[in-house]
Amino acid sequence: MLKVEHISGGYGATPIIKDVSFTVPKGKILGILGPNGSGKSTLLKVISGVLPASAGRILLDDKEINTYSTKELAKKMAVLPQLHANAFSNSVRDAVSLGRYPHQSSFFASWSEQDEQAVQTAMMQTGVQQYEHAYLEYLSGGEQQRTFIAQALAQCAGLLLLDEPTNHLDIAHQQQILDMIRKEALECELTVVSVFHDMNLASLYCDELLLMDKGQVKAFGKPHEVLLETQIAGVYGARVATYAHPELPKPQVTQLPKLKQENLFAAVTMEHFTITDNFVQFQADAPLKVISSAVYNAGMGWYTTFINRTVEPTYYYENMKEELLSFLTARGFVPTNTVMMLTALEAQNAVIESYADGLVIVAVTAGVGNAVDVTRAFEQDEQPHIGTINTWVIINGKLSDEAFYQAMITATEAKTKALAEENIRDARTGTIATGTSTDSLLIAATQIGDEMPYAGPVTTIGKWIGRGVFEATSKAIAKYKMEG
Amino acid sequence: MSQNKKGVIAYVISLALLLISIWLGIAVGSVNIPLSTLWDKETDPTAYSILWNIRMPRVMLAALIGASLAIAGAAFQGLLKNPLADPYTLGISSGASVGAVATIYFSISLPLLGTFTLPVFSMLGAAITMIIVMTFARLVDRTMKMETLILTGVIFSSFLGSCISLMIALTGEQLRLIMGWLLGSVSMRGWPYVQMIIPFVIVGVLLIWLNRRELNAMIYGEERAKHLGVDVKRSKYIILAGGSMLTGAAVAVSGTIGFVGLVVPHMVRMIIGADHRLLLMLSFINGASLLVICDLVSRTIIAPTELPIGVITAFIGAPIFAYIFYKQRRKGGA
Repeated sequence: MLKVEHISGGYGATPIIKDVSFTVPKGKILGILGPNGSGKSTLLKVISGVLPASAGRILLDDKEINTYSTKELAKKMAVLPQLHANAFSNSVRDAVSLGRYPHQSSFFASWSEQDEQAVQTAMMQTGVQQYEHAYLEYLSGGEQQRTFIAQALAQCAGLLLLDEPTNHLDIAHQQQILDMIRKEALECELTVVSVFHDMNLASLYCDELLLMDKGQVKAFGKPHEVLLETQIAGVYGARVATYAHPELPKPQVTQLPKLKQENLFAAVTMEHFTITDNFVQFQADAPLKVISSAVYNAGMGWYTTFINRTVEPTYYYENMKEELLSFLTARGFVPTNTVMMLTALEAQNAVIESYADGLVIVAVTAGVGNAVDVTRAFEQDEQPHIGTINTWVIINGKLSDEAFYQAMITATEAKTKALAEENIRDARTGTIATGTSTDSLLIAATQIGDEMPYAGPVTTIGKWIGRGVFEATSKAIAKYKMEG
Repeated sequence: MSQNKKGVIAYVISLALLLISIWLGIAVGSVNIPLSTLWDKETDPTAYSILWNIRMPRVMLAALIGASLAIAGAAFQGLLKNPLADPYTLGISSGASVGAVATIYFSISLPLLGTFTLPVFSMLGAAITMIIVMTFARLVDRTMKMETLILTGVIFSSFLGSCISLMIALTGEQLRLIMGWLLGSVSMRGWPYVQMIIPFVIVGVLLIWLNRRELNAMIYGEERAKHLGVDVKRSKYIILAGGSMLTGAAVAVSGTIGFVGLVVPHMVRMIIGADHRLLLMLSFINGASLLVICDLVSRTIIAPTELPIGVITAFIGAPIFAYIFYKQRRKGGA
């Protein structure tokens, strides 16, 4: 366990770090973050004893760090500094073997079974044993970095101090090294303190983060407590946004460039729609921000092409994803740039309407043969039938995340109202239907023009979405009835 | 395993080279002496006398000096992390030279020491310089970083060098003597000189050799070495003391013989790598061989005139060094 109490220190008379305190329990990983010159590396140097602390004390396993002899300390604490060029070099094996120095006696050092074991394990963990006999100077920066990590691991110390351990490493090796360190922390109770340049990596791998600013602790806590947009923006002086990691409950930070990149966006009109025999296509000039429940590329993302594809009522594939992909590539669509929905209806049945001078464009295909009252659906366990309502709401404006979700609610409510007005009933219960069992919705916005923080029923955009979806859905249902 | 095998092979070859060098050194000369004379006193008493009283001490002295300079060079290069460092980098040799040149210049001869006044004064010069350089470096920078040491060495070397130049400029009849001493020689010294430096060689080599693993750690930098558990400060002092002792003793008895301390460690490093567990002693053995051969060349190449050995080492050493430098850079792909 490492305990740092009110330490100050640095080079010369003026301290670079001031009054820093924190504790790292056994088996935990602490990440130190901060802008250039905030004192991250200096803090690490003071902890490792390279620079003296002018005030405060550092306790390693409840004993002050400067009461250990150099050799005793090396058994308890391994340090990996930033990589430096060396005038002479040894083989990887020799370099890693040096990690055993503190465990050997001074005069006639003998190489024990334990030493050999530790060196082999460290080389295996870092994946450098394949270069075992190569000379360091002929290895890449990443290979050298991993060799020095192996050297530190061979020390078999309980505390590991790292200064940007993933410097020079590609992402596969970043993962390999950090996963390995994480595993050591979990399984062998290795305590780790590491300076990170990359906030996202730090968030992913650290239990706690310490944010430094001008030599002082700005924040200390769990990643979600430290990586706050305003805090990061304040300390680094850069615009950032945080978002959730797709798999782990850890925040991620992304940069928001200051320079406006207007050429990445473009307004949309009715002209962007085409209807062919097989599908309704919307092709924008620039990507739109989209949230959808489509069959292909659902979720939130940026897409230029939307397809509402007509399929046979019997459409079924074991590997649907593959079939959808081959459909898109066969027709020259870019799969990563396209959202696709499926319907049994002919493309000609689509209703496409523009509202408020093109502020909102709504496109609907409605097949209601499979209409369902969602409030009664629990009564029966049934496979979905053919017949679906696909709704696209395309907005010329800049929506907030909140507005996107509100737009989905508003559009859904309007659809349900249209079904009621058209007196569409659940065939089984005889009650008014709320939709079909396979309805799909897409909300897209150009993200230029007016800012629209909300899209509820009382906002301008909400009103047009409500009216647009209601009218277009009603028309589509009427068309369906006529066809039927 | 393979590392050990490599070490054994390197030791065997180096020792064989040393034995051959010594054999050539004692056998070849104005009078060629058969090897049997070593133990056979009766057949040719003159040859026996030349061998034991002239050739043997001369070869032994050359071997000891070459060995001392080479191991000191290897240690200083590793310690200072500088491939261009040599035993003379820290100015200790300049101190020894000032002591020696001053002895000649002022014609000092202390009654008790007699002809040994010069080596004793020279050693004193080396010792005083070592203390001043280290004290000054410590004053500049408490942690005595390697860069500080090198710069301090450069300052003192150039200052002491100008003192020597001054004495050379002002001297008249002693010029030849001074120049002869400065260029280095192992001739006409005899057994007393060998006996004089042996204790320094033993202690110096031991001090350095005990820090072979610490030197391995220190080539990655002082900070890294400290983190690996090396008591950097202590090791630094011990290595500096050992290296200075070897350098001072070598310069005091033979003058400033260049290039052995620079080139031999590089050659050894090229062949077996920078592992000081092998590098130090292999430099020691091969340094001995090189200087014995250089001495042989210096006294036979334009016999009966004898060239100063310092001329030969640089003459042979500079091209070898140029070749190694070229090869190493080419190998690095630069």
